[in-house]
Amino acid sequence: MLELFSIALIFSTIRLATPLIFAALGGMFSERAGIINIALEGLMLSGAFTAAVVTYETGNPFLGLLCGAIAGGVLAAAYALMCIKFQADQVVAGFGINFLMLGVPAFISGQLYDSTGSTPQIDKAHQLPEFFGLSVASILVFLLVPVCWYVLYRTPFGLRLRAVGENPEAADTAGVKVLRMRYTGVILSGILAAMGGAYLSIGQSSLFTRNMTAGRGFIALAALIFAKWRPVPTLLTCLFFGFMEAITIQIQGVIKINGEDIPVQFIQIIPYVLTIIVLAGFIGSSRAPKALGIPYQKKR
Amino acid sequence: MKIFREILSPLIAVLAAFVLGGLVVFLIGDDPFEMIRIMFSSSFGSIKDFCTMLVYATPLIFTGLAVMVAFRCGLLNIGAEGQLYVAAFACAWVGIKFGGTVVNIAGKDENWSWASLPPVILIPMCMLAAMIVGALWAAIPGILKARFGSHEVINTIMMNFIGIALVSYFTQYHFKVAGDPNLESAPIGAAAHIPRLSEYFSFIPPDVPLNMAFPLALIMCAVIYVFLWRTKWGYELRAVGENPSAAEYGGISPKRQIVTAMAISGGLAGMVAISEVMGIRYNYYDGFSGEWGFLGIAVALLGRNHPVGVLLAAMFFAMLSRGGITVDALTPYVTKEIVEVLQAVVILFVASLQRYSLIK
Repeated sequence: MLELFSIALIFSTIRLATPLIFAALGGMFSERAGIINIALEGLMLSGAFTAAVVTYETGNPFLGLLCGAIAGGVLAAAYALMCIKFQADQVVAGFGINFLMLGVPAFISGQLYDSTGSTPQIDKAHQLPEFFGLSVASILVFLLVPVCWYVLYRTPFGLRLRAVGENPEAADTAGVKVLRMRYTGVILSGILAAMGGAYLSIGQSSLFTRNMTAGRGFIALAALIFAKWRPVPTLLTCLFFGFMEAITIQIQGVIKINGEDIPVQFIQIIPYVLTIIVLAGFIGSSRAPKALGIPYQKKR
Repeated sequence: MKIFREILSPLIAVLAAFVLGGLVVFLIGDDPFEMIRIMFSSSFGSIKDFCTMLVYATPLIFTGLAVMVAFRCGLLNIGAEGQLYVAAFACAWVGIKFGGTVVNIAGKDENWSWASLPPVILIPMCMLAAMIVGALWAAIPGILKARFGSHEVINTIMMNFIGIALVSYFTQYHFKVAGDPNLESAPIGAAAHIPRLSEYFSFIPPDVPLNMAFPLALIMCAVIYVFLWRTKWGYELRAVGENPSAAEYGGISPKRQIVTAMAISGGLAGMVAISEVMGIRYNYYDGFSGEWGFLGIAVALLGRNHPVGVLLAAMFFAMLSRGGITVDALTPYVTKEIVEVLQAVVILFVASLQRYSLIK
């Protein structure tokens, strides 16, 4: 059992946690502003697809990452429009976005490359570069955590963002532009989640495949809830969930108990079970931003 | 007038989807009207097409009703997908254990069953297993909400992943026939098969797997209508959905209604197993659902949370699913993914137009 815990496992953990941290930090900005973000999965897919296409066409992974982030921001703006302007049910609209991002990339790649679902392989030299075995995206996201913490807790912007998620009426009275803050929060979440997706398609692997996030948007959401919507615990939770996934990959077919494989399914469900337990209040209480999911309408 | 306002926003959503979708099709160089014509004729072109479309619609009617009942109690059941998976596995398990299933492993027959019951007993048993297990799986988030106030949306999403992983484990390690390359269970006993409608109606082609689950789905539409609008229990459930504090003031326990609504919702979602396991596949198959649990949300919304609407919306989404394959084959450029785009656009429009309709 001990030989499992190696340097390789640590690196694998960081690699697998990277997209989760991006997406969970994104979800934090949206949910702290009061907008539920079930759409993380779709936002990640938009980033993954755009980054893969741009990188393949230009050979520049940084341009790919940038365009992926922009795509996520634009899609998130559309999501925000539905949730804020039209006061759509945020959960339903979020699922709509996820559905849309199953179809749209496959449809476009079908037109561009005559293959439904996936983009052509990107040259190894054109993937996001690595330093000391870590992708620049991983390094970037580790730097982003303290930045997000600072923005959220030490800047007027962060204070306003949290205020519109907790008590929009009071924030409005104090002169905060509630709707503008909410748009900003959701668009930021799109940019960050899409960067996580971009890392999947041009960092961890070298092409986009249909639904390649495979539920990571929801694991990120689970991590965010488990961490009670706070940046540093979010980082730690994502690392823990990444570690779980790394372990799952390592033990598959290697470690046996009484000659039997350890069923990976039992390890896979750990993040979800933990989230349910935390939500029920068994491990401290997990309190969501008070105005989460409630549309804001200015009283006249 | 009231009915007109009710159906206005779904109609706009469907229209918007076809206009947007048509525009995309036009831009890539295909004829949008031809695409729409192909899509309609693939479901309404012949009796065979129509019956095949109803096969697609059957699970969507069940999941649409499931989401609808929860909606009416003010709950959003995102977990129908997980509920139908655990229910399908339970259904197959009963069908194997009490259906006299004998599997052949490396040339040797192995008896996996405890008993070999006649259809009269086994069919209701399998149906009940699906409904009860689906109901229990959905009741868990209901209880968590009633007891701890934790949000049912997050919990049902988590329960989806847990349920699908658990049944995949049981299938892989305990109910798969060794050597089978697919992740599927052993077949259920023949006594658990429900009849196909082509056995009774000669105009239905025998290769269309439309089965007794479809009339059952129609009956459930009526049952749910009567339950919600003609019984005291249904009234209480809707009262909580309209205004929980007013309902509590009127002597109705919101907590009890939440658990009840979730259980009924899960039971309905579980009935998908009757169509798929007992009527079409005759075993549990990993990944058998075409996102029906999630599409159920769209069906309920598009159907304005009314059984008649759910029936029509389920047929509409079934038409899209079936139409995609035909459109893919018969047009030069359009691929079947256009359907997912159309479905998503319908969902997004219905959600965005919600505020402008009568039911909140």
